[in-house]
Amino acid sequence: MPDRRRRGLGGGAAAIVLASTLAGCGSDESGPPTLTWYINPDSGGQASIAEACTDDAGGRYTIDTEVLPRDAAGQREQLIRRLAAEDSSIDIMSLDPPFVPEFAEAGFLAPVPEDLQERTTGGVVQGAVDGATWNDEIVAVPFWANTQVLWYRLSVVEAAGLDMTQPVTWEQIVEVAEEQGVLIGAQGARAESLTVWVNALIESAGGHIIEQNADAPEDIELGLDTEAGQRAAEVMRLVADSDAAGAAFSTENEDASATGFEGDNGGFQVNYPFVYPRAVETVGQELADDYGAAVYPRVDADTPAAPPLGGIDLGVGAYSENVDIAFEAVECIRSEENQIAYFISDGNPASLASAFDDPEVLDKFPMAPVIRESLELAAPRPQSPYYSEITGGIQASYHSPASVGPQTAADATEFITAVLAGEQLL
Amino acid sequence: MSQTTLPPAEKTQPVSAPHGTISDRAKAERKLGWMLAGPAFFVMLAVTAYPILQATYDSLFSYRLTDPDNRSFNGLTNYWVILTDELWWKSLGVTMLITVVTVAVELVLGFALAMVMAKALRAIRPVIRAAILIPYAVITVVSAFAWQFAFDINTGFVNSWFAWLPGVASDTDWFGGTGTSLFVICLAEIWKTTPFISLLLLAGLAQVPEVLQEAAKVDGATWWQRLWKVTLPNMKAAIMVALLFRTLDAFRVFDSIFVMTNGANSTESVSFLAYRQTISRLEIGLGSAVSVLLFICVMLLAAVFIKGFKVDLASARGE
Repeated sequence: MPDRRRRGLGGGAAAIVLASTLAGCGSDESGPPTLTWYINPDSGGQASIAEACTDDAGGRYTIDTEVLPRDAAGQREQLIRRLAAEDSSIDIMSLDPPFVPEFAEAGFLAPVPEDLQERTTGGVVQGAVDGATWNDEIVAVPFWANTQVLWYRLSVVEAAGLDMTQPVTWEQIVEVAEEQGVLIGAQGARAESLTVWVNALIESAGGHIIEQNADAPEDIELGLDTEAGQRAAEVMRLVADSDAAGAAFSTENEDASATGFEGDNGGFQVNYPFVYPRAVETVGQELADDYGAAVYPRVDADTPAAPPLGGIDLGVGAYSENVDIAFEAVECIRSEENQIAYFISDGNPASLASAFDDPEVLDKFPMAPVIRESLELAAPRPQSPYYSEITGGIQASYHSPASVGPQTAADATEFITAVLAGEQLL
Repeated sequence: MSQTTLPPAEKTQPVSAPHGTISDRAKAERKLGWMLAGPAFFVMLAVTAYPILQATYDSLFSYRLTDPDNRSFNGLTNYWVILTDELWWKSLGVTMLITVVTVAVELVLGFALAMVMAKALRAIRPVIRAAILIPYAVITVVSAFAWQFAFDINTGFVNSWFAWLPGVASDTDWFGGTGTSLFVICLAEIWKTTPFISLLLLAGLAQVPEVLQEAAKVDGATWWQRLWKVTLPNMKAAIMVALLFRTLDAFRVFDSIFVMTNGANSTESVSFLAYRQTISRLEIGLGSAVSVLLFICVMLLAAVFIKGFKVDLASARGE
């Protein structure tokens, strides 16, 4: 009998624990909804915006943030697996633009209301609007827009007599860097940043990675093995093979480029604007004063460069229980005030063109006009629901950059086409 | 000297119970056995057998996670795609290379460490054991990052400390080539799992009867002869079990590669290939087929060890 009683007690306790756990899972119907915003890691800017919007909401909603993995591919993997399982906890997500088509095509993004589409794309730089568009529909809300510029050390270009007020080509900077014995930083590591580089080179040469999109993945027509693609491969090899490429060029990511540029033999680098506040904070204003910024190098002297485009779009989860309120919060998050604050606090440029005229932004980022010009010229990475196959294939084929040759483009085209057709492993 | 090895003891048959019938006591023991092991058995079924069966089923489909409506049965096509792909065989080669190198080095090192643990002075024995076991307590991803930072050209200390070694210079890019990348990956794996193998070998070492050692000593055997003719033959079962466990484990190498090279420079292992198809590409069908093939490889390895080398798992437990 005592045994049975004990068992009964245990069962009761288990039931209570289970009931309270289940209650914890459900949303609290009585209070204002809590929205969960899945953010990419930053210096705390998005969490501050979440707090500010919670305060502004006057109790209508609160925003909690959940941090996603560090790299873009990891962020996509986590979000997509959760959404495939119809996770209703994803109310708002910070999305890297190349992944937008895949999410939209799979039905993971709640449709953006018509009126909000107009309000959130007016005055926004074109590249950022393009990145949030799929099949001629705005499927996400542009938040901030990133681009790479050509950073140079003023002392180096002065010594070399290179006029940076005029556009420069890759050939020119390689020549100057070798002559001056300084480094050129670019992202040669086998990661998404390699695709960013390949895409920028091909777009700058007047081509596109995807020449013709198609519904069926095997029908996608690639533009790697074209005149522009070959020109891009030539430039890539020129940089990677030169004395100006660092010893660890094949593992160099954005951080490593920034570190190399901060060193004694830093000369040039193509990188995002974060490198400037980073230099001010980690090395000091004296070094940062030697930093100059220009628009991305050209592939051909007479064709304007098409710099890389990055940034973050805001998507609302299709399975969220608070879609309307989530869109209300999204509108607050991407407000001009918040974009300016985020630009200043985290060094991530705004997608609203007007933010670049803000005096505080100009004070913190003297090169803001260059960033804005770069954003106007920038070209997004190829848009496709099969982007992960395309970028994976490019990374496999174009790594290491020093091994890229005339045959690389043809091999990459054959490989990626076979992967898209499901005939080969990636 | 071969007489020093004890022949395996014949198991005695119960005389009271005739063959074919089960006594009440045996029945009760069997029932108790099921009651004790049953829950664990069912949990194992749920967490291992079910996913394996599910993966086998999924591997027969063309199935993309973001496009479940277009899922279609395609028989053994996924297996054909994998087995005719050069990348699979390359990855299999890399996996086997890492397995052979790490397990061989770990066996030698692990045995040496087991000897140290067994023979160390009683006063310092706990400290030595704890020190040897620390790497095993470190999470593999953390250990991989630590080794990556150590060998990194910008943040690492290895290049400056070991610049006097031939082939190492201040600008050696360890993660820039296949050979050097695999070297660091193997080093990290060896550092991390040698304690595991040494722990298993320590258990085997403890089973070698002291009397045999003494008898050999009296017969005038040197230390080396005692090691080869007394110690090692008597711990064959423990060695084989340690080898089996570590080989199966090493064959699934993933974390270090993921952290250090992300598969660059042809350092992809079979597990990494499965990850890339299933998680990155979201091709559940193709990825499941890679996983099933990996499972078959592991089963084959286990079969080779158990049947081929006649590993008796029971004897390793001292039964």
